[in-house]
Amino acid sequence: MAAFTIAAGTGNWFSALALGVTLLKCLLIPTYHSTDFEVHRNWLAITHSLPISQWYYEATSEWTLDYPPFFAWFEYILSHVAKYFDQEMLNVRNLNYSSSRTLLFQRFSVIFMDVLFVYAVHECCKCIDGKKVGKELTEKPKFILSVLLMWNFGLLIVDHIHFQYNGFLFGLMLLSIARLFQKRHMEGAFFFAVLLHFKHIYLYVAPAYGVYLLRSYCFTANKPDGSVRWNSFSFVRVISLGLVVFLVSALSLGPFLALNQLPQVFSRLFPFKRGLCHAYWAPNFWALYNALDKVLSVIGLKLKFLDPNNIPKASMTSGLVQQFQHTVLPSVTPLTTLICTLIAILVRTQQMILLPQPPEYQGIQPSIFCLWFKPQGPRGFLRCLTLCALSSFMFGWHVHEKAILLAILPMSLLSVQKAGDASIFLILTTTGHYSLFPLLFTAPELPIKILLMLLFTIYSISSLKTLFRKEKPLFNWMETFYLLGLGPLEVCCEFVFPFTSWKVKYPFLPLLLTSVYCAVGITYAWFKLYVSVLIDPPVGKTKKQ
Amino acid sequence: MEKWYLMTIVVLIGLTVRWTVSLNSYSGAGKPPMFGDYEAQRHWQEITFNLPVKQWYFNSSDNNLQYWGLDYPPLTAYHSLLCAYVAKFINPDWIALHTSRGYESQAHKLFMRTTVLIADLLIYIPAVVLYCCCLKDISTKKKIANALCILLYPGLILIDYGHFQYNSVSLGFALWGVLGVSCDWDLLGSLAFCLAINYKQMELYHSLPFFCFLLGKCFKKGLKGKGFVLLVKLACTVVASFVLCWLPFFTEREQTLQVLRRLFPVDRGLFEDKVANIWCSFNVFLKIRDILPRHIQLIMSFCFTFLSLLPACIKLTLQPSSKGFRLTLVSCALSFFLFSFQVHEKSILLVSLPVCLVLSEIPFMSTWFLLVSTFSLLPLLLKDELLMPSVVTTMAFFIACVTSFSIFEKTSEEELQLKSFSISVRKYLPCFTFLSRMIQYLFLISVITMVLLTLMTVTLDPPQKLPDLFSVLVCFVSCLNFLFFLVYFNIIIMWDSKSGRNQKKIS
Repeated sequence: MAAFTIAAGTGNWFSALALGVTLLKCLLIPTYHSTDFEVHRNWLAITHSLPISQWYYEATSEWTLDYPPFFAWFEYILSHVAKYFDQEMLNVRNLNYSSSRTLLFQRFSVIFMDVLFVYAVHECCKCIDGKKVGKELTEKPKFILSVLLMWNFGLLIVDHIHFQYNGFLFGLMLLSIARLFQKRHMEGAFFFAVLLHFKHIYLYVAPAYGVYLLRSYCFTANKPDGSVRWNSFSFVRVISLGLVVFLVSALSLGPFLALNQLPQVFSRLFPFKRGLCHAYWAPNFWALYNALDKVLSVIGLKLKFLDPNNIPKASMTSGLVQQFQHTVLPSVTPLTTLICTLIAILVRTQQMILLPQPPEYQGIQPSIFCLWFKPQGPRGFLRCLTLCALSSFMFGWHVHEKAILLAILPMSLLSVQKAGDASIFLILTTTGHYSLFPLLFTAPELPIKILLMLLFTIYSISSLKTLFRKEKPLFNWMETFYLLGLGPLEVCCEFVFPFTSWKVKYPFLPLLLTSVYCAVGITYAWFKLYVSVLIDPPVGKTKKQ
Repeated sequence: MEKWYLMTIVVLIGLTVRWTVSLNSYSGAGKPPMFGDYEAQRHWQEITFNLPVKQWYFNSSDNNLQYWGLDYPPLTAYHSLLCAYVAKFINPDWIALHTSRGYESQAHKLFMRTTVLIADLLIYIPAVVLYCCCLKDISTKKKIANALCILLYPGLILIDYGHFQYNSVSLGFALWGVLGVSCDWDLLGSLAFCLAINYKQMELYHSLPFFCFLLGKCFKKGLKGKGFVLLVKLACTVVASFVLCWLPFFTEREQTLQVLRRLFPVDRGLFEDKVANIWCSFNVFLKIRDILPRHIQLIMSFCFTFLSLLPACIKLTLQPSSKGFRLTLVSCALSFFLFSFQVHEKSILLVSLPVCLVLSEIPFMSTWFLLVSTFSLLPLLLKDELLMPSVVTTMAFFIACVTSFSIFEKTSEEELQLKSFSISVRKYLPCFTFLSRMIQYLFLISVITMVLLTLMTVTLDPPQKLPDLFSVLVCFVSCLNFLFFLVYFNIIIMWDSKSGRNQKKIS
């Protein structure tokens, strides 16, 4: 009986939460899955039936392998389990094959890999200081954090309905963050290096890792005022860090280097032939830019400033083609976005990591002279990481709406510790999650996405409000108004619009509205986070001393 | 209530689970010529929409009663008619007379599932939430946990959203009835319960406890004064609500009789298919159905049912109490399920509902019972290809119960409500101290048997001579469990702490 009790996890809220969400994932198995399902099936087939030298050349299916080698190896390992489910799915020529056994296997592989994510969440919960421990379990920051991470709406619908393997990848990321919090820098660096070779989108946050490790790990001591002590530079640490990263990269890319296929691999990993925005505009700066361009062109046409014959056709069908021609504003090239992103990231990285404003200097010091102040510790790093992810999302080239998770998940860690962060987190999460709605456009999934979204949003807002009830309200009237506006927007886009005559004339109007509306919120959250980082006194300083 | 948001979360979780289960297959999907309960409900929409009220229950060239003829009370028919109007608005093909037979499409499935969800959302879920809020003597957190467990009860979810039925309507009305009667809104309570009976005649399983409880209340108030007034008012309410529901069928005598004949098909035999009741289990050893004539079967089942529910009902009439009422609901429904005539496997839901209501008082036994009740539906669920959702929802329910009630720490005699019973047994048998331990072991054995049987049913092929081996085993095992629960619930009703006190006073 005793063993049974332990197995069932009596009173152990963490395992109950984890098991609960796992069961929910199992219930989502029969839901709609996107073409990403076929993408991963194809990769299983490629890695299983072809030699390594063919992996990055195979192009029978249009969904070629475009993830780094570790992910290919991961698929290779999976394929050896898959053959016991259904041999047919491992055939490269079997395009769009989805027997019920294939479906079960693929879905279960995602659910199973999430064990890593659950473990990472468990580790992250240990890093949260339990200062604000309330009487009730449901008011403990650890409890709230584990719900926010494990029951994350975005992750649930992207992984378990839309179909992708983000869960365990984010698990690796959270694990590496947790290790940095625990001062186990080498492990943290190792996990992040491994992660990069699983999915290269995490390059977005690499600057944060680089600068943080350099500043906090390679320099072993600080001057009393918190600035860097130059002579404390530890070559051993730099070399060991470099070695870890190098070895991981060698393991991943080495075989392809030996086969002389590196250029081919990289051409698959970084396809710059796509447009500025995805077919559905990710709600970022460029969505606003495009929308402004649209508005200006309409006004221009009305006021006869523009000649209708000169306007590119594609721009009138907004979103039908991937290449978007700007009419009024200058067109954006990949280089522009790269520069914008780099500026946004780098300036901030240095500011975040190296340029805290100790209270005595606050507001006086021009930022450029404040380089090499005392870093803010892991929390500063986490903020920087979030900002990196968010800035890349704001200005990146061909950003997917799913990339917003890269900012939301690390931000969850911040949200349970400080009221200011919590309010930014809530705006970011709610709008970011809402912007994922167009991913699921089929009717049976409509109730699921609305219910899950309500579930997560109501929980996150109410629990964080309870947690910080002694401080000032989390939202001002404007923010409340904006967030409540999401409700009518959803009603208009999915319940009213399909019954109007505009459905035929402007089929993309709901997408455009969603994208622009969410872009406003996300830009606002990004801006607010940026400002809060500049104004706030460093948190780590008071704690450390 | 300061924790309103957690209640919202609980309701949302319940709704999410319901909708995800509804994505699965339904009974008789793609299985002509008869299809299943899904087609039955669609067919009723077709009949009620296209035919005048007078022909609904009669066999005719337009209404072949052999093909899913309407055999539920008028309220179900009205509900079907309402759904049919919506269906007509969306796609008239769905309910076209004759031509829509066996109509199946993704859009139609979505429509049907939505009607279930809406009915559930309007009737059953508010009742559960309100019931949990009205619970006395427990903390807000416990109330919410209780609501979560009740809303996650897998049996109802799987039958309504998987197999396809509208049990949440009749059970929801019954729950409103329980709520009304326990909160002393007797008239509203009896009205709600009348609606439940008029939606599904199986609700009669609950009728005796309602009757006894209300009668007991009247007795308590004094039959010569207020009690009599209450009794008259109640009688009027019941008669009025029945008359309202049956109005179109009261025009002719033959109409009423035909509806009644459809509702109580005596000629369909003692039991059908595989049911986890006494008769079906006993059938393994002795083919009663073939040996005894039908009217003897009818009398026999009536006697058994009557005898088994008599003690609890008498006790309730003499000492009406809210708790006693709920326990009597359990034992009566269970008696009906085990002994009465023509029982369906789905009728176990009628027992599960009152068990859900005592979940916070006897968490260990209730959870156990609810697990067994879901298990007893296994053959049906397997036929509908609902294995995956049933396993998942059962596990979710079990985890929810374990975490919110820590049921394994609540196995003492006190918490099993067996204290007074074991004390009185110890008067004669001083060594009777192993009751709590024994129940724990029984639980373990029962759970292991259920898991093993489920695994065997799923993985093994039955021997050719006995193609129904596993489903019979499932029914037999569940029946044994149910018998044990019948004894248990009768014991705690008879040895309820109040009576214990009374006995002491007398002695």
